[in-house]
Amino acid sequence: MTAIQRKAVDPTAHLSAEDIEALGRELDEIRESVMATRGEADAAYIRKVIDTQRKLELASRAVLLFSLFPPAWFVGTAGLSISKILENMEIGHNVMHGQWDWMRDPKIHSTTWEWDNASPSEMWKHSHNQVHHAYTNVLGKDNDLGYGIMRVDEDQKWSKFYLGQPLWNFINACLFEYGIAAYDLEIGKYLKGRKDKAVFQAEVKRVLAKIKKQAMRDYLVHPLLSGPSALSTLGANATANLVRNWWTHSVIMCGHFPSNIETFTRASTVGETRGQWYLRQMLGAGNISGSKFLHLMTGNLSFQIEHHLYPDLPSNRYAEVAPKVREVFEKYGLNYVTGSLPRQLGSAWKKVFRLALPNDLKDLATRSKPARTRPVATDRVRVAA
Amino acid sequence: MSVIEQPAATRHPLKARLGRLAELVATPLVPSDFSDLIDPLRSSTDLRGRIVEIRSETADAATIVIKPGRGWRAHTPGQYLRIGVDIDGVRRWRAYSLTSPLDRADGLITITVKAIPDGLVSNFLVRRARPGLVVQLDQPTGDFTLPATAPAKVLFITGGSGITPVMGMLRNAIDSLDDVVLLHSAPTPDDVIFDAELRELAATGALTLIVRHTDTEGMLEAADLEAIVPDLAERETWACGPVGMLDLLEQHWAITELKPLHTERFRPALAAIGEGGTVTFGTTDLTVDADGATPLLDVGEDAGVLMPSGCRMGICFGCVTPLVEGSVRDLRTGEITSAAEGDGVLVQTCISAAAGACTLAR
Ligand SMILES: Cc1cc2nc3c(=O)[nH]c(=O)nc-3n(C[C@H](O)[C@H](O)[C@H](O)COP(=O)(O)OP(=O)(O)OC[C@H]3O[C@@H](n4cnc5c(N)ncnc54)[C@H](O)[C@@H]3O)c2cc1C
Ligand code: FES
Repeated sequence: MTAIQRKAVDPTAHLSAEDIEALGRELDEIRESVMATRGEADAAYIRKVIDTQRKLELASRAVLLFSLFPPAWFVGTAGLSISKILENMEIGHNVMHGQWDWMRDPKIHSTTWEWDNASPSEMWKHSHNQVHHAYTNVLGKDNDLGYGIMRVDEDQKWSKFYLGQPLWNFINACLFEYGIAAYDLEIGKYLKGRKDKAVFQAEVKRVLAKIKKQAMRDYLVHPLLSGPSALSTLGANATANLVRNWWTHSVIMCGHFPSNIETFTRASTVGETRGQWYLRQMLGAGNISGSKFLHLMTGNLSFQIEHHLYPDLPSNRYAEVAPKVREVFEKYGLNYVTGSLPRQLGSAWKKVFRLALPNDLKDLATRSKPARTRPVATDRVRVAA
Repeated sequence: MSVIEQPAATRHPLKARLGRLAELVATPLVPSDFSDLIDPLRSSTDLRGRIVEIRSETADAATIVIKPGRGWRAHTPGQYLRIGVDIDGVRRWRAYSLTSPLDRADGLITITVKAIPDGLVSNFLVRRARPGLVVQLDQPTGDFTLPATAPAKVLFITGGSGITPVMGMLRNAIDSLDDVVLLHSAPTPDDVIFDAELRELAATGALTLIVRHTDTEGMLEAADLEAIVPDLAERETWACGPVGMLDLLEQHWAITELKPLHTERFRPALAAIGEGGTVTFGTTDLTVDADGATPLLDVGEDAGVLMPSGCRMGICFGCVTPLVEGSVRDLRTGEITSAAEGDGVLVQTCISAAAGACTLAR
């Protein structure tokens, strides 16, 4: 993609300023209608998911105590992988978004939740809720656009480092939970001297303390408890973490990297109205189509568009708002990006490979020229016009 | 939420070690998150209870019989507990006086709730709750109690559901009280909670019962007191009932030479309402509009903020929260409290409302 504002044909050019505000109001109405009906069934839903996940984790860890026996290893590893995915996606991610704060249950609350992931929830909430969700797909602002190690937009400047990005992405997928932690630490920002040293060091300490606890559990205590099955339990736990890492990495790639998802210039977000903000969220995310089970396993991030429009709406309600949201897209002639998991994932990986090379292959030889396809002069705020 | 963790030192060493192992395996959760799956009443960190019976007392009042979970501490008669129930998915906390005798063999406790019009929790408990429901509890508290050595002559003045803490005292201490007068007001004979039991106590001579039916006899007047209770000056008094009744008694006691008056209020006497403002909550970085009448506690809870709370009426200080910046108004007196950034003045959110823009450290 090229930032929407620099495109030859801006897909929002047909919308007047009034259209954009009207669209915002319609999306607000959808939000209000669902928020008003939050209640007992929703509370029962999240409690059931949490209950199921914890029982699954307990059962899987119990089975893995006998992991020397191959069927036990297989069943336990599969169970633990699913449990970890549920814990990170449908539970952790969504609880930390405050989707369940309205229940006033201190055990299921964004300010108290800690998740099974290397990044402490406090830090993750900052980089995810306050940076990524506020600046979704804004070049130079949203670090989720390539996580600072990849070039996923034509408008991001090419350098030789990006030639290796398919490999960087694969490594990131394998170690995703540590990748997230490193990312939440804003190492890049610190190295460039834009982050306070004392703050950074305190955060590093917290991350390491959390990693130590998590690693002790999965790679020391649980294996030791397995006695003769120690080594195979260690392998099972490492596998479950790896599966969880690949899965979450894949789901998240599908959210913002596949083709047809738009990016935005920094200037376009200055003085953004509610309608313009909605419009950016509509075009800056993509969905994954599939079964109920797929939606559950993605933490309903398969409704990435709806999630970006309404980050604090309980995740079990995204499926219900999706058709209404899609109607708004159609009414205003906008492109609702969605596709099966293999298709979206394929599209995202294709981009990772394609953008490993400069936009203009001639640059490969000269290497130093900025990869802009258009002069900066066109960096105008067409959305606001 | 009450924490009833045993200090590690008093635990058996092996148990302590197992506890630490459980913590290592449960991280990032805590072991009780898993044991809660099996029995929520055994939690060592969160006090809970299970409703075992709901007994109707009058058309709009019921006694809720609760099996308290591990860690429940025996109460002093007259005290109240806090109960948290999930209604339409939202947790709501309220205070209710304990009405059970301390020596129940089954260890069950009771509260008696009167459903008030449009009352969220009272109606839920009286009409919708069912046996088996698990509720959140907090340890008993409150100082509306009898002294260790009871005075020779005691007067109880109660109105409506205000009989509850007094019933708690009578059921436990009636044998040690020599001379008791109970002056109870209720609209009609059918509205008298514990009617049969009170009559029985009166019949045995354990207390003198005077019931006033306010629909026909009118509200209690301070001027009538001496006529109804001729030896009023000799009696130490405990009173619990509607705001109007307690205000009237306190005024009378203030201008008359009498033995002490102890009161228990179920809701604060609110007087002051002013301009509202925007309230910002530090923990979630949320800013909401608030009017000048709604307590900040309600404003925060409605916004999904985890607000500490207690009696919800200004007596227990369970709700105190630092006011980081801005002004709030005490709804009882109208007094304004202000803080400049960094002051962190503590305010009671249950009886304070926004008075202009303010920021709370919650
Ligand atoms: C120390 C203490 C002990 C208490 N003990 C008991 C008890 O033993 N039995 C009992 O039934 N209640 C008792 N209460 C009152 C109880 O805590 C609740 O306030 C009451 O049940 C109303 O709650 P609700 O959720 O039903 O009403 P809400 O939904 O909170 O309020 C609905 C409406 O009723 C008004 N309102 C609130 N409280 C009262 C009230 N007490 N009387 C009249 N109107 C009111 C509100 O202003 C509001 O307009 C006690 C309160 C305290 C502080
Ligand atoms: S909750 Fe008791 S004083 Fe506020």
